[in-house]
Amino acid sequence: MTALYSLRQVTVRYAARTVLAVDELDILRGEILAVVGPSGAGKSTLLRLLNFLQPPTTGEVYFDDALYSANRTASLAMRRRVTTVFQRPVLLKRTVEANVAYGLRLRGERHGEADIRTTLAAVGLTELAQQPARTLSGGEAQRVALARAMVLRPDALLLDEPTANLDPYNVGLIEQIVAQINCEHGTTMVLVTHNIHQARRLAHRVLFLLEGRAVEIADTHTFFAAPTDPRTSAFVRGEMVY
Amino acid sequence: MLLSLRVSGVALTISSVIGIPMGALLGLARFRGRRLSVALVYTGMAFPPVVIGLFVYLMLSRSGVLGSLGLPWLPKLFTPEAMILAQVIIALPLVAGFTMAAVQGVDPALRLQVQALGASRWQTTWAILEEARVGVMAAVVAGFGGIISEVGAVMLVGGNIEGQTRVLTTAIVLETNKGNFGLALALGVVLLSIAFATNFVILHLQGRSFDE
Repeated sequence: MTALYSLRQVTVRYAARTVLAVDELDILRGEILAVVGPSGAGKSTLLRLLNFLQPPTTGEVYFDDALYSANRTASLAMRRRVTTVFQRPVLLKRTVEANVAYGLRLRGERHGEADIRTTLAAVGLTELAQQPARTLSGGEAQRVALARAMVLRPDALLLDEPTANLDPYNVGLIEQIVAQINCEHGTTMVLVTHNIHQARRLAHRVLFLLEGRAVEIADTHTFFAAPTDPRTSAFVRGEMVY
Repeated sequence: MLLSLRVSGVALTISSVIGIPMGALLGLARFRGRRLSVALVYTGMAFPPVVIGLFVYLMLSRSGVLGSLGLPWLPKLFTPEAMILAQVIIALPLVAGFTMAAVQGVDPALRLQVQALGASRWQTTWAILEEARVGVMAAVVAGFGGIISEVGAVMLVGGNIEGQTRVLTTAIVLETNKGNFGLALALGVVLLSIAFATNFVILHLQGRSFDE
């Protein structure tokens, strides 16, 4: 598999503090890469970087061979090939259907009704299509957020703790949808999660971040069964406080 | 009555066209001089209209800073255009200030999430303004309220000339001074009715979002 993203000598600094420092990272096309690590490890910063919402302070990010760096901003067309589902979705004061259609409308696509209906059905929200989005439960709102990202058919879908604080039913449903999108469309996914069991269930590879640095990256089986770094072992055993 | 509506309507339109983007800029962007700009807007919101009228009068009079230049596009004193200029200066800080507060009240996470969905800078600003629409409409209402009931500035720069620059508020002052309290009261009722009808229309435009 070829790389969709290639990060080289990337750092992100806020004032004097370095929050992310990745020497080399390739994210392969069609894979689900789980990013795990304690709070403050730089996981969300990495996602913002991959969505071109946070430029690197130094280093280079290549997306499909296009460069993104401190001096080279991402074009709108490039940004529109990637989207993020956030831990706490903020929906627009519109109906569920209008929220799902929003990204398509931004792209000037007026005809996407069939895709919108299919996507709403995929996340089990057909019945709530005309409901104001702000009246939904947390699990339903997260499924709307997933639907509004899915309908765009992005090359890369970034998931920032998408099931945190959700009930087991919605966690299962969202995991099932994520696996289905990856399987059916070959969408590259980066899943930030605190839940190592979720990483084990969904990911092809796992990256362990600690204090902004990539400690270890391996295929999921190896990561959990035979980690090479003692810090990864401690994290997998649940010994690392976070 | 028609002149009142025309002067205040045009002034409000100009104030909204300038004030809403200005409020969005002050609320969303970070730039050098922003703090000073916000302080100026807040000061403008509290400025006595009669002082603004005096300022416009001094600017536009023949011996004034601008009036002496003889610029052809500059409004002349004692014309509806001069009254519009004064009302724009009164309403603009109100529209901009309340719009700024409204956009700052929108969940900051929305901006990032809209950008993550592929919004351009303008689309992001528009999305935030749409989310803040109840507050933005309130800003327009505040601007309208500030000028439709205003008397000092329009009296100074308009001159209260019958058939030319006499509006409802200045007519009420005149009739009260003449002792025609009944007519003054009737004009007051007309003014109140216009204010009520306009605000009713604006509330209707806010539609369901007002109830959310």
